[in-house]
Amino acid sequence: MSARREAILWIGQRATAVVLAVCVVVHLATIIYAVRGGLSAGEILARTRGSIAWGTFYSVFVIAAAIHGAIGLRTVAAEWLGFRGDAAEVAMTVVGLGLVVLGLRGVAAVVGAA
Amino acid sequence: MESFLRVSVWRGGKDGRYQTFEVPRQPSQTVLDVVTHIQRHLDATLSYRFACRVGMCGSCAMTVNGAARWTCRTHVDNVAADGNLRIGPLANLPVVKDLVADMREFFDKWARARGQFKGTRTRRDPLARVDPASAPRREADAAIECIGCGVCYASCDVVAWNPEYLGPAALNRAWTLVSDVRDTGQAARLVAVSGDAGCHSCHTHMSCTELCPKRLSPTRSIGGLKRASLMLALMPEEDA
Repeated sequence: MSARREAILWIGQRATAVVLAVCVVVHLATIIYAVRGGLSAGEILARTRGSIAWGTFYSVFVIAAAIHGAIGLRTVAAEWLGFRGDAAEVAMTVVGLGLVVLGLRGVAAVVGAA
Repeated sequence: MESFLRVSVWRGGKDGRYQTFEVPRQPSQTVLDVVTHIQRHLDATLSYRFACRVGMCGSCAMTVNGAARWTCRTHVDNVAADGNLRIGPLANLPVVKDLVADMREFFDKWARARGQFKGTRTRRDPLARVDPASAPRREADAAIECIGCGVCYASCDVVAWNPEYLGPAALNRAWTLVSDVRDTGQAARLVAVSGDAGCHSCHTHMSCTELCPKRLSPTRSIGGLKRASLMLALMPEEDA
C-alpha cells in the first residue's frame, strides 16, 4: 500500500470535510427558509430550474460527498471487514463514481429544463 | 477500610484464568505492593515484571481493574475503593505467563517506524546548536519523555483492530525525530509511518493520551505526523 496514496486520501477526506461543512450549513439553512411558506415540488423547482448557482453548489456538494464517503467506506471496509488491497481500492472507486453519477443525475433533474 | 483486598490475578498464558487471593490491606499500598505480597507470601510461582518501583523504568505496567497502568505508581485506594482488584497482563500483547506480556512486537514497531536517529555529524564535529525556543524543538521536547512502558499501546483501540498498526508510542517516537532538525532520514520515516499501519489510521480516541503516566499526548504527535505526511503527497510516486 503506497504511503503517498494514503497521504493523498487523508488530505482528500479532510479537504472534502471542510467543503461539506459549508455545504451542509447552506443546505439546512435553505431548507429551514424554504419551508416557511409551506413546501411544494413546484416551489423548489421554481428556485432551482435554470439556476447556474444552485446547479454549481449542488454539483460541488455531490462530488465532495462522494469523495468523502468513498474514502470513509474504504477505511470501514479495511478495519471492520479486513477488506484491503487492490480489490478494495477498485470497489471503493466504483462506489465513489456511483455516488457521483447518482448525485449529478439528481442535480440535473432539479436544475435542468422541464 | 476493610482489612483484606480480594485480588483476582491472571495465571497462565493465553488460555489461562483468573485466580483469587486475599491480601492484607495497608496504608499507602500500591498495586505493585499487592502483586509482590502475593509472590512472596502466597504463591511463589507468580510471574511479573518490575525494576525501579518509582515510575522511572516503565516495566511494571499491567491491566488494573480494566485500565493499563504503572502498578508502582497506582495506589490501591485510588482504584479499588470497594476492596476488589483485578490484575492482568497488558492488553494487545501476547502473554508470556501470568502478568508478563511479550513486549517484542511493541519495540519492533519502534524500529519499523524508523525510530532511530540518523545525523550527519561525527564525534569529531562540534555539537549542533538547536534553539530551545524554536518550534520544532518545542514539539520534540513535548513528546520526548516516553519511557516505553506500553500503557498507550495496550489502551489503543486501533491496535486491537489492526495488529499491524504501529501504535501510539512508536508514532510518538517518530514524531520526536521528524521534529529533530538534525535528522536526515525524514522521507523514509514519513513513508514508514504513513498508511494502513501508520498515523492515518489513528481514530483520535485519545485513550493513549488519557492513560499515559507521563502525561504525554501521542495523539498530538500522530496529528503532527499526519500534517508532515502531506510532503509525501508532493513527492514522485517511486519515492513514496
